[in-house]
Amino acid sequence: MKFAIALYSPAHAPSSRRALLFAQAALAGGHEIVRLFFYQDGVHSASSNVVTPQDELDIPAQWRDFVTSNQLDGVVCIAAALRRGVLNKEEAERYSRPAANLAAPWDLSGLGQLHDAVQAADRLICFGGP
Amino acid sequence: MPKSLLIISRQSPWSGPSAREALDIALAGGAFDLPLGMLFLDDGVLQLIPAQSASQLQQKDLTANLKALSMFGVEDLFACATSLAERGMLSTELSAEPLQVLRDQDIAALIDRYDQVITI
Repeated sequence: MKFAIALYSPAHAPSSRRALLFAQAALAGGHEIVRLFFYQDGVHSASSNVVTPQDELDIPAQWRDFVTSNQLDGVVCIAAALRRGVLNKEEAERYSRPAANLAAPWDLSGLGQLHDAVQAADRLICFGGP
Repeated sequence: MPKSLLIISRQSPWSGPSAREALDIALAGGAFDLPLGMLFLDDGVLQLIPAQSASQLQQKDLTANLKALSMFGVEDLFACATSLAERGMLSTELSAEPLQVLRDQDIAALIDRYDQVITI
């Protein structure tokens, strides 16, 4: 089955951990993930500046490794990300901000990518709230 | 045949960016001419109160975005009758048009009718 996975919660929310576990289980079960789409506070999980204490699960790092090693399409909503200070190099330069905190494997793009994933997938699975 | 998408908006207009970000999904999808519906549920029905004084909260008025929905071809708008009643709101005084007010059992059927559902 083809899944599109949308995440709306920040890295510290339990639903963010559930999303990651679901995504891992989907691939392990032989399913396909057509796209991960991070929206609302979910964009924080794509930030490369999150520092997690050593004895805690580092959700942003886990997402990064998961997307990279499985060569997934990881899209972060550009409007939601800009509003929350998650910027790649191009956007940091465009808005004259001192630093970028979003890099590969993530792409900043628009909500059209969410709709495109909805069309391509058999199921859209959303993770939001606590 | 494109897949249909129901967007369920459950947050009040000024409790954070959720109401705006749910509307943004609808507006973006409308621009692609996709079959979309939008259901206002729970505190989401508060977005439908007309004449909100957003400027007193230093916020931008969302009702303009609501009115833009029909211009973007999103005309399947629904509100939950129970949510309206719980908040003392009259279905005759809501800002989104055209709007269908649905009872609980009709909402279950509505969700069933759509291929995909997003709740924000």
